[in-house]
Amino acid sequence: MTAAAELRELRSTPAKSKPENKAAFWFLLPWFLGLFAVTLGPMAASLYLSFTKYNLLQPPEFTGTANFERMLTDERLHSSLAVTFTYVLVSVPLQLGLALGLAVLLDRGIRGLGFYRSVFYLPSLLGASVAIAVLWRTVFGTEGLFNEGLALLGIEGRGWIADPETALSTLITLNVWTFGSPMVIFLAGLRQIPVMYYEAAAVDGASPLRRFTSVTLPLLTPIIFFNLVLQIIHAFQSFTQAFIVSGGTGGPTDSTLFFSLYLYQRGFGNFDMGYASALAWLLLVIIGAFTAINFWASKYWVHYGD
Amino acid sequence: MATRLRALLKHLFLIACAAVMLYPVLWMVVSSMRPNDEIFRSPGLILTDLETGNYEAGWNAFEHPFGYFMVNSAIVVLGAIIGNLVACSMAAYAFARLEFKGRRWWFAVMLLTIMLPVHVIIVPQYVLFSEFGWVNTFLPLIVPKFLATDAFFVFLMVQFIRGIPRELDEAARIDGAGHPRIYTRIVLPLMVPALATTAIFTFIWTWNDFFGQLIYLIDPDMHTVPLALRAFVDQQAGTNWGATFAMSVVSLLPVFLVFLFGQRFLLRGIATTGGK
Repeated sequence: MTAAAELRELRSTPAKSKPENKAAFWFLLPWFLGLFAVTLGPMAASLYLSFTKYNLLQPPEFTGTANFERMLTDERLHSSLAVTFTYVLVSVPLQLGLALGLAVLLDRGIRGLGFYRSVFYLPSLLGASVAIAVLWRTVFGTEGLFNEGLALLGIEGRGWIADPETALSTLITLNVWTFGSPMVIFLAGLRQIPVMYYEAAAVDGASPLRRFTSVTLPLLTPIIFFNLVLQIIHAFQSFTQAFIVSGGTGGPTDSTLFFSLYLYQRGFGNFDMGYASALAWLLLVIIGAFTAINFWASKYWVHYGD
Repeated sequence: MATRLRALLKHLFLIACAAVMLYPVLWMVVSSMRPNDEIFRSPGLILTDLETGNYEAGWNAFEHPFGYFMVNSAIVVLGAIIGNLVACSMAAYAFARLEFKGRRWWFAVMLLTIMLPVHVIIVPQYVLFSEFGWVNTFLPLIVPKFLATDAFFVFLMVQFIRGIPRELDEAARIDGAGHPRIYTRIVLPLMVPALATTAIFTFIWTWNDFFGQLIYLIDPDMHTVPLALRAFVDQQAGTNWGATFAMSVVSLLPVFLVFLFGQRFLLRGIATTGGK
């Protein structure tokens, strides 16, 4: 069961009597401390800091909405937003499409399932590492492996990472490469579709394509939705790959300046902590808006069977 | 005949996909054993002669041998694992088994924190931990784990505990056991698979984590594997790719081994919670 389904269910299950408040308090004590001291407290603090000018050394100076007005004219912020939106809106659908396609191919007793699943899943564990980002930097470099491959096909390559027009697409490729973890979730979802639906469809003479569009896809929409929500949230926060591939600059000419990388530069490069906090809240609002839109739109395409 | 042909084509396609995906990684492993001047002239995977010098050069490229950074990473990883196992299982026990005031509300709060971007809390958290004098120590990376801040694992464990028959708790309670006893003697031993999943995910995510370590560990003596590798790339890039690849391979090896021996738990964990 997914987090989203959990949240829906919370409304419908009645509580039992006989409270165990005291025991619960002790068991939850570490979590409460974490929630207030490490999560909610800092959240509130960063909301306050977003209305201040703060460089860590002097106490924060209240500046009203100055940080938010500054956002309107901050050109680097605008390009980082454009980069991040492009990254999210291109890489997430590609990644999920590939994950779904391969999950369907792997479903229902294909020989060597374990092997394929491991091979496709492994990159999603490695993809967040510095080492893979380093590898990407060389593979898509001027003399890199990718150009060697293109040369075999008689296509002349270029410096994919050095060129502002293509640098972002190398990072999109890297995110698509990590399709294994949504694929495993799709596989688990596919296994829960009762075989009798397929049998009934086959009896009715449905073609494989028809069975996919009329049985598999509708029954899988809750899982697609769940993956979509999570991967979008995840992609908005991407940092490591852009940092390593661009050497921390977000270059060339800000073409890989992910939002979180820009936030890091302002906050921890320039110690512009007030503005960085305002950026963090902007990110939270953007992610929240995307998630809300997703939940709203889900009414029209997500099919909850029971 | 037609179905066999279709199956064959399917396998060919899947193998081609797998080969394309893994090729860059395999090439990196092979290149780490090639002389520097050969690396970019050899897109193939066949090794003509074995060059182990890259590993020696990379290992000793810093004032500390690379193993030093691996020990630092291991300390952070170990602390994070213990913290997550203890704190998340306690919280999960309460959410899954205890009736208390506002349980559903707190549970919803817990689920929402899974989706919270770390950036919203990182600045004040940094201020807080630097007030404590914790910058350039491993504490900012470990202590929050003892406070169950990785809510994802709380959720994973709640899901698991719900699958354990309540009759076992009831029987223990009739025998006079209190909640601490039921938690340690009944629930914990039965939730070992969920604990294993948590430990493995924590290992991989913490080993790979870059953002948190970049912010808190500035002193090179405190550097972990990702930070050392990044410093290495900044210094050596374009000159010593062999050594860079060698240390990249070394840095991925623990993740690979954990995946190899723990993938059963990883796959189950993803399937029961919807993963991350």
